[in-house]
Amino acid sequence: MKHSDYDVIVVGGGHAGTEAAHASARLGVRTLLVTLKRAGIGVMSCNPAIGGLGKGHLVREIDALDGVMGKIADLAGIQFRLLNRRKGPAVQGPRAQSDRAIYQSEMLRATENQESLDIVEGEVTDFIMIKGHVSGVQLADGSEISSKSVILTSGTFLRGVVHIGDVSRPGGRMGDKPSIKLAERLDSFKLPLGRLKTGTPPRLDGRTINWDVLDSQPGDDDPVFFSFMTKRLSAKQVSCGITHTNQKTHDIIRENLERSAMYGGHIDGVGPRYCPSIEDKIVRFSEKTSHQIFLEPEGVNDHTIYPNGISTSLPQDVQYDYVRSIFGLENAKILQPGYAIEYDYIDPRTLTSQLSLKDIPGLYLAGQINGTTGYEEAAAQGMVAGLNAALSCLNKEPFVFCRSNSYIGVMIDDLTTNGVSEPYRMFTSRAEFRLSLRADNADQRLTPTGVELGCVSDARKALFGEKMDQLTKARDVLDRQIFTPTQIQRVGIKVNQDGNKRTGTAILAFPDVNFENLIALLPELSDTSSDIRRQVERDALYAHYITRQQKEIAAMKRDEGYRIPVDFDYDIVDGLSNEVKLKLTRAKPESLAQASRVEGVTPAALALLLARLKRDNINKARAV
Amino acid sequence: MDTIFALATAQGKAGVAVIRISGSLAFETARALCVKPLPKSGRGLRVLIDEAGQVLDEALVLTFEAPKSFTGENIVEFQIHGGIAVVSAVLKALESCSDARIAEPGEFTRRALENGQLDLAQVEGLADLIDAETEAQRKQAQIILAGALGELAEKWRADLIRAASLIEVTIDFADEDVPIDVTPEVSALLSSVILDLERETAGVRIAERIRSGFEVAIVGAPNVGKSTLLNALAGRDAAITSEFAGTTRDIIEVSMDLEGLPVTLLDTAGLRETDDHVEGLGIERAKNRAVSADLRVFLVEENEILDITVQKGDIRLLPKADIRPEAGNTISGKTGEGVDQLVADISSQLKLRAASAGIATRARHKDAMNSALAALNEAKQILQNGPELYDIAAEEMRSAIRALEMLVGRVGVENLLDEIFASFCLGK
Ligand SMILES: Cc1cc2nc3c(=O)[nH]c(=O)nc-3n(C[C@H](O)[C@H](O)[C@H](O)COP(=O)(O)OP(=O)(O)OC[C@H]3O[C@@H](n4cnc5c(N)ncnc54)[C@H](O)[C@@H]3O)c2cc1C
Repeated sequence: MKHSDYDVIVVGGGHAGTEAAHASARLGVRTLLVTLKRAGIGVMSCNPAIGGLGKGHLVREIDALDGVMGKIADLAGIQFRLLNRRKGPAVQGPRAQSDRAIYQSEMLRATENQESLDIVEGEVTDFIMIKGHVSGVQLADGSEISSKSVILTSGTFLRGVVHIGDVSRPGGRMGDKPSIKLAERLDSFKLPLGRLKTGTPPRLDGRTINWDVLDSQPGDDDPVFFSFMTKRLSAKQVSCGITHTNQKTHDIIRENLERSAMYGGHIDGVGPRYCPSIEDKIVRFSEKTSHQIFLEPEGVNDHTIYPNGISTSLPQDVQYDYVRSIFGLENAKILQPGYAIEYDYIDPRTLTSQLSLKDIPGLYLAGQINGTTGYEEAAAQGMVAGLNAALSCLNKEPFVFCRSNSYIGVMIDDLTTNGVSEPYRMFTSRAEFRLSLRADNADQRLTPTGVELGCVSDARKALFGEKMDQLTKARDVLDRQIFTPTQIQRVGIKVNQDGNKRTGTAILAFPDVNFENLIALLPELSDTSSDIRRQVERDALYAHYITRQQKEIAAMKRDEGYRIPVDFDYDIVDGLSNEVKLKLTRAKPESLAQASRVEGVTPAALALLLARLKRDNINKARAV
Repeated sequence: MDTIFALATAQGKAGVAVIRISGSLAFETARALCVKPLPKSGRGLRVLIDEAGQVLDEALVLTFEAPKSFTGENIVEFQIHGGIAVVSAVLKALESCSDARIAEPGEFTRRALENGQLDLAQVEGLADLIDAETEAQRKQAQIILAGALGELAEKWRADLIRAASLIEVTIDFADEDVPIDVTPEVSALLSSVILDLERETAGVRIAERIRSGFEVAIVGAPNVGKSTLLNALAGRDAAITSEFAGTTRDIIEVSMDLEGLPVTLLDTAGLRETDDHVEGLGIERAKNRAVSADLRVFLVEENEILDITVQKGDIRLLPKADIRPEAGNTISGKTGEGVDQLVADISSQLKLRAASAGIATRARHKDAMNSALAALNEAKQILQNGPELYDIAAEEMRSAIRALEMLVGRVGVENLLDEIFASFCLGK
């Protein structure tokens, strides 16, 4: 057999592609990143911000496996805010405004410096197919590069159409051309496709905004970083401005609704409900007379302002009118009009939990092409596909992210089990084990596996090891001794005089007790660092609920152990209703656990399925 | 793994009911109900009592030690007398005396499968078994959801989704224009669901059913011998019987035990056209009662049609066998001819229904409602601390919703997001 040029080829240098390429290269396999333009690596196509609720969790998890997104976002961060600071740690999410230029240049640098990773500029127009197996790519210039597997992360480039008002033209993003040829190859695979849309606001010239009259929102005083490795700020910090739409703005938009691409009937794709255009907001929530807008600088040395909250597909002249009706924006100049884009996505139910296509060996998909939206969602999928494509080249077991160990696992399971009906975005409410899957313990959940796989640097390994030593030490001290209510009361902690003795950890779970209060009882704790103190507190806060969830997790794990073969025929299972058969056939769940999450599947249906799986196993064993 | 229990036989199909307990704590669980220690030999007669020490029944107790049992776990079986009241009392006692819980549908079988207790032939036969179970469950779900509980469940579902979405919107969209403190509205929603659940779990409806039993209405034209038949069935002078038509103005009820099932016989006013206002009212009432009864015994002539629709399972007989020349499908309260046959027919009909209404299923519903209730009460308590503990309140609500899922169908996160996006303008 011919020796292939690379082990893994990643197509597309967006957020999914870069993370995939890095992950694969970190495992030491020969990796190639092919993208349209080298300068496009690390481009933020829309809002120059990383993280947020649910999304911040994803970035932490990527970082725990030594991914790039968190580290670069820290370098480029110009305004850090920990969202939900006043709520419980499980629902706090780090977010940062990024300097677009720094993000891009740092991402490019990191990618160029990554060992085992090459970059080639070019348009992939076709796959090399050997016996139905995707074995490399063909570029627009006709050249061919072979590989053991290919990860496609082409974002919105599949039949993308850009709309500005009633003007539309093909394009993956403003200024880019769509990948028509590649789309035709994918068509030949007969994969189920869907159509989605998304929009972006007009960009404003910051020098034409009257900042003096506007409120501003500064970052946090003690910034919380994405990467477990980052210790200090890197870029200069800035504030964002805040303004609001008003009655006049709404009137202008209402009068021109039929000129909007969306309302004029030019777009069929389904848009995200949580990121509606300003047209949408005004129609759907007509009783609201004003909507908030954040004016976000795109960089420290960039006067471009991203007005967060007014994405639109209205014609340019209407955009101009309504922007100028807004307080503080009376003289604002538009640098680039807002637009909407429509694109194809591939039904993610065709994917395995490693993001490889069930029916097309050698091909992985990651990012927006799978129906998601957001940089973090894309990068997280890149991590999954990159690691698993490389592991498969190394003939190693796949790394399965699951609902009980990560938000990444929740997302992959949601996508591959139930598909999408609108662009999929992460929320903390999607994770049923939210109290255990926290941003603060992402390293404890994933770094050990990363070390095992070999995708984690020595520096991180050492830092993590140190942290765990300290944590273990503090936990040991806390659990070593038990105290009577009288002893506890004596150091000023209020406690029920019920005669029950309690460990330090149990006392720490009381609502008004912090780590410092315990030092009077356990003086050895006094040399614990403040990071470790807070970590121990967070664990204690949820200890009760986490123990309770363990049962649920154990049951799920058991069901995950029952694997369902990819070619399993649901038609032969007696007793399943046709509806359930159809749903299962479409979702092709990999395990009994996943089958149970397919909408409409009952406990009795699961028992039938299990019986059939057992019977097939017994038959197989007999045949051997 | 949890220790589980359930009624293993179909109610009403036999005089004996088997309650099965399986799991590592099966012996301890069973012991909690027995006056004396469990039989060492593997079987023995034991008196079962509840928490209050009240005697429930005398049971044949069988013990099977793991792994030599149906499920591969420790198992205890109580063979008890098959009446609904006895079975439900024993199930209730098991629930309150131990940590064991009611089994999910198919759970014993599933454990047997998981522990490798079934061979190929058995696994092959299993599909039919579970299939039957699914069908019964579907029927059961329909029965429950068609009734008053269904309406309630729909309301709970809507209220809980609304409550959860209010909490989640403040968590997941903290950076946007959304309300910050939603405690009052969420508390109010939870309180109303809690109230309903408390009423349901107190077992008002189900207990009423079991207490007052199935209703069987005897219908027919005036003076056709309904009251005489009722007396014959009840064995005492319950209804005033006279030779003159229209004596039974009101509805006479007689409760009795029909082969272990509690049954209330209804003797209704004779159905006929009348100008008498009072009698007219009585007839109207009788009709309504007869229509809503579980079963109707029609005493009618060959081609006679009454103003009451015949429902599935109803019994049709020719009245006054004593003065009738021909034999066959006839009955007489006076001579007792055909009465034994009627008793047998009624009870076999009702047993069939009791089986498909499965009290084990109902107990499982109650179990679900109880754990939901506990979680909702906890959530309401935590809510008092305001937004800072919303994450924990949300967790309690999640576990309540999970518990009710079985009762109300799935309440997935998508429903929750639907509610959020329908109610709030989100997206900067
Ligand atoms: C208009 C718009 C507005 C958005 N708004 C937001 C927002 O506000 N917030 C948010 O979080 N997310 C937003 N998103 C979503 C976010 O940008 C994407 O989800 C994310 O960037 C997807 O990453 P990706 O890696 O899948 O694709 P992309 O980042 O689109 O990367 C695709 C890459 O593939 C390359 N490529 C494509 N075809 C080929 C080919 N044939 N050969 C070689 N290379 C190819 C492209 O050059 C590009 O580098 C928006 C997206 C768009 C388009």
